[in-house]
Amino acid sequence: MSNDPIHQFHINKWIPIDVGGIDLSFTNSSAFMLATVGVASAFLYLTSSNRGLIPTRLQSVSEMAYEFVASTLRESAGNAGMKFFPFVFSLFMFVLVANMLGMFPYFFTVTSQIIVTFALAVLVIGTVLAYGFMKHGFKFLGVFVPSGVPAPLLLLVVPIEIISFLSRPISLSVRLFANMLAGHITLKVFAGFVASLGAFGAIGIGGAILPLAMTVALTGLEFLVAFLQAYVFTVLTCMYLNDAVHPGGH
Amino acid sequence: MFVSSAHAASTTDTIVAQGETHGATDPAAPGTTPDAHATETHTETGVAHETGVFPPFDSTHFASQILWLALTFAVFYLFLSRVILPRIGGIIETRRDRISTDLDEAARMKQESDESLAAYEQELADAKKKAGGIAQAAQDEAKAKADTEQAKISAELEKKLSEAEASIAAIKDKAMKEVGTIAEDTAHEIVKKIVGGTVDKASISAAVKAVRS
Repeated sequence: MSNDPIHQFHINKWIPIDVGGIDLSFTNSSAFMLATVGVASAFLYLTSSNRGLIPTRLQSVSEMAYEFVASTLRESAGNAGMKFFPFVFSLFMFVLVANMLGMFPYFFTVTSQIIVTFALAVLVIGTVLAYGFMKHGFKFLGVFVPSGVPAPLLLLVVPIEIISFLSRPISLSVRLFANMLAGHITLKVFAGFVASLGAFGAIGIGGAILPLAMTVALTGLEFLVAFLQAYVFTVLTCMYLNDAVHPGGH
Repeated sequence: MFVSSAHAASTTDTIVAQGETHGATDPAAPGTTPDAHATETHTETGVAHETGVFPPFDSTHFASQILWLALTFAVFYLFLSRVILPRIGGIIETRRDRISTDLDEAARMKQESDESLAAYEQELADAKKKAGGIAQAAQDEAKAKADTEQAKISAELEKKLSEAEASIAAIKDKAMKEVGTIAEDTAHEIVKKIVGGTVDKASISAAVKAVRS
């Protein structure tokens, strides 16, 4: 069972909780959500507690994350979008730390659960819709009508825009989920090759060098993917929020 | 792979269930059989959910995951937006203010140093001008003094020269006058020695005069 690449995605109930027939147990997934929030909060809190005018190394990491998300959001959604900064920063830190924690052996990867990424994506799209309608009323529907397109073409373009809007939560969640899932499975499969080949004696150990090298290389790649997917999730969130702030803006 | 393990699990369950039914030796066997069946179906569905479905798509844990995600993310969001982000934003803002005031201060100091440099250059130019004036005046004065000195000296020399010329002319006249007398005396002596007689003075002086002129 330890060689099963799917095993790492199993959810185990740690504290069973049942409310009205709905299973709300505290699971390993819940534990790692807590760990993600705990690690991210502690890091940000402790590194910024000195409030140094000249930052220490770790303080400048926190500041870099802050400036990075702030500039990404400002570039995509302008200054009006900055009211979403705490939301976008929380998303970025949550996804990044969840991805990075998932890189530890025997750790559970929260973002490899489709329901988690989908819930985050729905939160993003829900924010876009709620803020868009609250701020602009029915003018928000202008998101679906690109400016400068001749009227006959609109018959074709508007349905396409609506479909693309509706597919956003799916693409946003599946992109993150699939990347984390596939990466972890690949890593596990190659690491499994090392173990099973190693059991075949000297020749096996010689043959295990290749999958071992692959595992090392893939680990590096996975760290890149872990960061990149958090970044992509954030950038796309910023672009969608731009629609809420400037509905006629494209 | 998990299909086979699910199958294995269900097989063991069936065996356990069968064992339970066979082990039930008391007369109320029909009563225990539905119980055993109930346990069997329960475990079997449980096992099927655990291994049969690809775990991320297992909908039994969706509600729990959504709940815990909502809880943790809400707490995270509140903590970041209330505590962390104002703090980091404050740090960056303070630094930016500090840098801009420092830059202003530096600009002000540069302005000041530029001004004092300009003042210094102005003063230097003035001083150069003044020094040039003084030097010119001194030169002029020296030149004038030298000129007057020269004029005075040359006048003196002129005077001395003319005096010398006058004295030379006087001496020359005197000498010229004396040449006649000397020639007469000499001629008289010569005549006296050679001829042995005396010649009157008047004829000798006439002869000398005739020779000299």
